[in-house]
Amino acid sequence: MEKLKQSLPGPEDIFRATLSNGIVVLARANFNSPSISMGGYLPAGSIFESDEKLGLADFVSSSLMRGTQTRTFDAIYNELESVGASLGIDSNVHNVNFGGRALVEDFPLLLTLLSESLRTPTFPKKEIETLRMHMLTGLALREQDTADMAALAFDRMLFKGHPYSRPGDGFVETIMSITRKDMKEFHHRCFGPKGMVISVVGAIEPQKAADAIEHILGGWQSAGQTLPPLLPKTKPVRKTVRHHHSLPGKSQSDLVIGMLGPSRKDPEYFPASLGNSILGQFGMMGRIGDVVREKSGLAYYASSNLSAGTGPGSWEVSAGVNPRNLDRAIDLIEKELRRFVKNGVTKDELADSQANYVGRLPLSLESNSGVAGAILNMERYHLGLDYYQRYESMVYAVTRADVLEAARKYIDPERLVISTAGP
Amino acid sequence: MENRVTQVTLKNGMKVLLKEIHTAPIISSWLWYRVGARDEVTGKTGISHWTEHMLFKGTKKFPAKILDKAISRDGGRWNAATSRDATHYYETMPADKIDLALRLEADRMQNSAFGVKEVASERTVIISEREGNENEPLFQLTEAVQQTAFRVHPYHHEVIGDKADLQLITRDELYEHYRRYYVPNNAALSLAGDFETKPMLKRIRELFEPIPKGATPKRILRPEPEQRGEVRFSIEGSGETTFIQAAYRFPNATHPDFFPLQVFDGLLGGMSGLSTKTSRLYRALVDKEYAIEVSGWAEPTIDPYLYRITLIKHPKRAVDEVIAAMDAEIKKMQDTPVAEDEIRRAIKQARAVFVYGNENITSQAFWMGYAEMFASYAWYTTYLDNLAKITPQDVQRVAQQYFEPASRVIGVYLPKGSEA
Repeated sequence: MEKLKQSLPGPEDIFRATLSNGIVVLARANFNSPSISMGGYLPAGSIFESDEKLGLADFVSSSLMRGTQTRTFDAIYNELESVGASLGIDSNVHNVNFGGRALVEDFPLLLTLLSESLRTPTFPKKEIETLRMHMLTGLALREQDTADMAALAFDRMLFKGHPYSRPGDGFVETIMSITRKDMKEFHHRCFGPKGMVISVVGAIEPQKAADAIEHILGGWQSAGQTLPPLLPKTKPVRKTVRHHHSLPGKSQSDLVIGMLGPSRKDPEYFPASLGNSILGQFGMMGRIGDVVREKSGLAYYASSNLSAGTGPGSWEVSAGVNPRNLDRAIDLIEKELRRFVKNGVTKDELADSQANYVGRLPLSLESNSGVAGAILNMERYHLGLDYYQRYESMVYAVTRADVLEAARKYIDPERLVISTAGP
Repeated sequence: MENRVTQVTLKNGMKVLLKEIHTAPIISSWLWYRVGARDEVTGKTGISHWTEHMLFKGTKKFPAKILDKAISRDGGRWNAATSRDATHYYETMPADKIDLALRLEADRMQNSAFGVKEVASERTVIISEREGNENEPLFQLTEAVQQTAFRVHPYHHEVIGDKADLQLITRDELYEHYRRYYVPNNAALSLAGDFETKPMLKRIRELFEPIPKGATPKRILRPEPEQRGEVRFSIEGSGETTFIQAAYRFPNATHPDFFPLQVFDGLLGGMSGLSTKTSRLYRALVDKEYAIEVSGWAEPTIDPYLYRITLIKHPKRAVDEVIAAMDAEIKKMQDTPVAEDEIRRAIKQARAVFVYGNENITSQAFWMGYAEMFASYAWYTTYLDNLAKITPQDVQRVAQQYFEPASRVIGVYLPKGSEA
């Protein structure tokens, strides 16, 4: 157990510094392998975009590496791929996220390419049109995907009137309407060092990593950068709503059943998370997996998921079933939800999931990218650098009553959002 | 730093590979059986994968739920998978908990119950897994290409199996398949992580050596006859996106041409594990707007299999136009030797991908066992050295030999009602 604790990242070995322009740097050394992993974000997500221009943040983040003031698209990827490095940039509602890895000698190259992409993208016309066609193809594929279409309608109903109701990849009409000018304006308005966080894990002394980042990104200033708007409030649905998206010719239907859930910072997060583990994660997908898959043989996958981030979360059960079993599966899931809020969880179930949460930590932190992601989350959700030192006691502090209270706060079996897609 | 690997064959013929890595308090254990889709005859396709599912249904000592809970309680990660050539079961656990995984695997090698009820409920689960796959145009196309490419060799069907067989396979057939292939002399165990080799080996002997040796199962030997001329076909389905897949005959993993073909693949389609935006196919097809996406893919196999190029067609092009552009790019590599620099670049890429793989204990244990299934662990450890020997002439020769239209299959997925 001692060795286990020592292997977890903590305040003794996570380096944290704020650069002169506000960028927060987090770093942890690991000299077991001559490589580094890097991740980070800045607040330039789809929350900034209008309904008419849905997909703009996604379009912009996908364009960043398609040409900069210094390099063409091909030159950027030639630099990266020639040394076996990789770098990717994408976006979600709140942030533009980036991640990459390289052999440690190529870390400066990785940083330089990241810096150029974030600071001086040129949005070349030809590249934008190529990308637009890729995005439209992605939307055509989404249109045919039962899981995607069920999820899309689920978010629309659950988060009605809230930025979380909108798909980050937009719609055909909005993608068609986005211009190069829109993209340049979005970049000017949303990109900058304020709120940017970068974490580096691998074969480099943390101070050296921070010096390199200061050298390459420390000079970035952006007068135009604005702060993201505040999130509006969400309202749970008043009674169960159900929507089916018809996709003729499909062999399988997908379903999502759920409700609003806690945010990552809510006090109910841990009880809800452990409850969700029992409901639809632990072992072979928890109670949901047991009734839908193991006992009834209705689905290859059937599980529940708590999606908790910066704003309000969602708590959802999803499964893929034969179209003729759709109602039966929904029925079984509703019954499980009723049982869950009526009786809560057993002592043994809670003990199992608690042991799982603590025991799996070293596995989730096995790779450099796993550690880089964990450190970013500490910063993103203000968990503190000693989060993993406190983690075990936080997990074991959760009682059966806490789980039941969290379940009852969020799950009302009479007020569900049910979304299905299939033939 | 090169960690030493200990390789031992137990008295009952089971191969054991151990690699100490003390960077994190984790051990990853992989048990491999030499059985997969290639061991299935018509009428029993999918039986290996179904058998794999049944091994999660419990034994007397570890009933299903207990088994499942026991691993999860300890924070372990576990799963299994069936491929064309092999089936594996793995657990990555906190180091002090690995004994549970070893006891479980030793037990379910011989004592899995295959209850009638469990077989029945798993039948619909697997059919549901297949139906989920069938929702995807690319699954439909890939399956059709494979069955067109192989008529005689059992690589002709997908691992999941045909629906007709999934409806008919019986409990007794499953059990018979299990008893025949799940014998220690048909298995290999690969372990990497935070342990001391000597006591670990002693423990493995205690658990696995008492399992009696069985008859070593014979593998099906039905080589695919030579293809005489290109085959093209199309299938139709929903949506508005056209997919094209070209499959070329590719040698088995231990064939000397496998390595020059790896370099060829790295240049043509891009190195697996990295982005591929400077590969020749990307530059020729995506940059020039013949395709929205392109990828090249081969896997190491026991018998000759396929190299597949998969494309999403650009809406403004015709299918034939796209295939012609792809052919022109391949022809360049057949007509002109590639530059030395390009080969050196591919080798640096491969080295980087190897380094990333070695960050992770689970992946190190995986490779030890996986390589045993189609070659030997030495295949993996000498991989980079073998790449380093490749010359531009080698790459040109294999491009000419393996990438002739006469021995390929081209399948097209067309949206219903559209014109090619």
